[in-house]
Amino acid sequence: MIQLTTPFTEEKIRALKVGDAVEISGTVFTGRDVVHKYLHEGGALPPEVNLRDGIIYHCGPVVMKDAGGQWQVTAAGPTTSIREEPYQGQIIRDFGLRGVIGKGGMGDRTLDACQAVGCVYFHAVGGAAQVLAECITSVKSVHFLKEFGSPEAIWELTVERFPVVVTMDSHGQSLHREVLASSTAELAKNL
Amino acid sequence: MIALQSSLVELIRSASSELPDDVHRAILASLLNEKKDTIAEAALKIIDRNIALAKQKSQPICQDTGSIIFYVTSRLTLDQVGFEETARTAVTEATKKGFLRQNSVDSLTGVNDGTNVGLGSPSVHFHQHRGSTTEVRLILKGGGCENVGAQYSLPNEKLKANRDLDGCRKVILDAVLQAQGKGCGPGILGVCIGGDRATGYEFSKQQFLRKLDDRNSTPVLDQLEQDIVETANRLGIGPMGFGGKTTLLGAKICAANRLPASFFVSISYMCWAYRRQGVALNPQGEIDSWLY
Repeated sequence: MIQLTTPFTEEKIRALKVGDAVEISGTVFTGRDVVHKYLHEGGALPPEVNLRDGIIYHCGPVVMKDAGGQWQVTAAGPTTSIREEPYQGQIIRDFGLRGVIGKGGMGDRTLDACQAVGCVYFHAVGGAAQVLAECITSVKSVHFLKEFGSPEAIWELTVERFPVVVTMDSHGQSLHREVLASSTAELAKNL
Repeated sequence: MIALQSSLVELIRSASSELPDDVHRAILASLLNEKKDTIAEAALKIIDRNIALAKQKSQPICQDTGSIIFYVTSRLTLDQVGFEETARTAVTEATKKGFLRQNSVDSLTGVNDGTNVGLGSPSVHFHQHRGSTTEVRLILKGGGCENVGAQYSLPNEKLKANRDLDGCRKVILDAVLQAQGKGCGPGILGVCIGGDRATGYEFSKQQFLRKLDDRNSTPVLDQLEQDIVETANRLGIGPMGFGGKTTLLGAKICAANRLPASFFVSISYMCWAYRRQGVALNPQGEIDSWLY
């Protein structure tokens, strides 16, 4: 198991290969459909949100306020990433992202941006909202809560040993492309 | 209606946080069957741990608590208007308690008012019968798996699918191939052969009320169900699309009449986080027994 802490260097990210199991510690920012469209259309980030050398997590968590008025993440698995394919490549380039966490994988434009910039796609287990929420130790801030609603807001989260697998690396390799090709060939034999 | 409201909140809590036993057993079997020390096996282990944690904490198995779909089978005298009003109140209460995410968005304005109540949410399907019992079943279906559902119109030249069972088989397997890992596999298919575009999807989702280990009473459909699961599991898509032995945990197929001009095959995909629960209610609206 590889341990990585944010912010990442290009060198550490370039060292990762498809199939590597990684545990991430540090800061991640959630961002999903509304955030990606907003940024792609030229929307500005609040100055506290610094994505450079960092991670965007495709996630719409369940977040509750506890008795002391503190935010607590009670469920936080990944959402399907492919919906961000029209926007992701540009956002990786514009903001200098080093990692994207999501599920289901992404397409060629994202893979190209990963190769150009030095970024990887980390696959978390879809639906594992409790295991992953346990790895979130605190909520540091939230942005666009009112404008975008809770699932679509940018949540700044501190994570500890958050388990993921590299399924798209910065060398042009994608597990998703491989599995699509092999399963397509296998189905042809079974029709 | 107070008793009914608290029964429905409890039904929502249980559905959101406790995976049905039949589904859990199927996941455990797939874990044992998966090749050791692979990322597919590791994913299934996380899934198994997640199932236990959600139950222990009474928190959502998956943060996408999904479309809220009630199926009510009732005596003739049930007040359906009152039931639906109570269901909406129960959904709002369950959301405040964190059993449901603030998950319902106005499609025109993008506003999420945090209540989970609006046109179409929750959806309530009533079926009356002449007996005295009232049963309420609930499916919570996440958006990731909903997005990989598909509806085919036969014949489909590209897939060489004609208007027969072999054509149905081809398009169902194509839907599995197109879904890859995007719907949080290992998945479960609900399929309707026939119907119109609306009823086809509706019947396909009703298949999710069946238990995974039941068998179809129509022999040709039973055979097709077994064949789809077996063939899909030869494709090597695997848990999360990581590659591996289990792509589907089950397939449930029904047939509905169609027009001579139409031949739809409607396929709904359910993720491994298959949230389904049901209760039998007494006349006061209290829970008599659990159905799954």
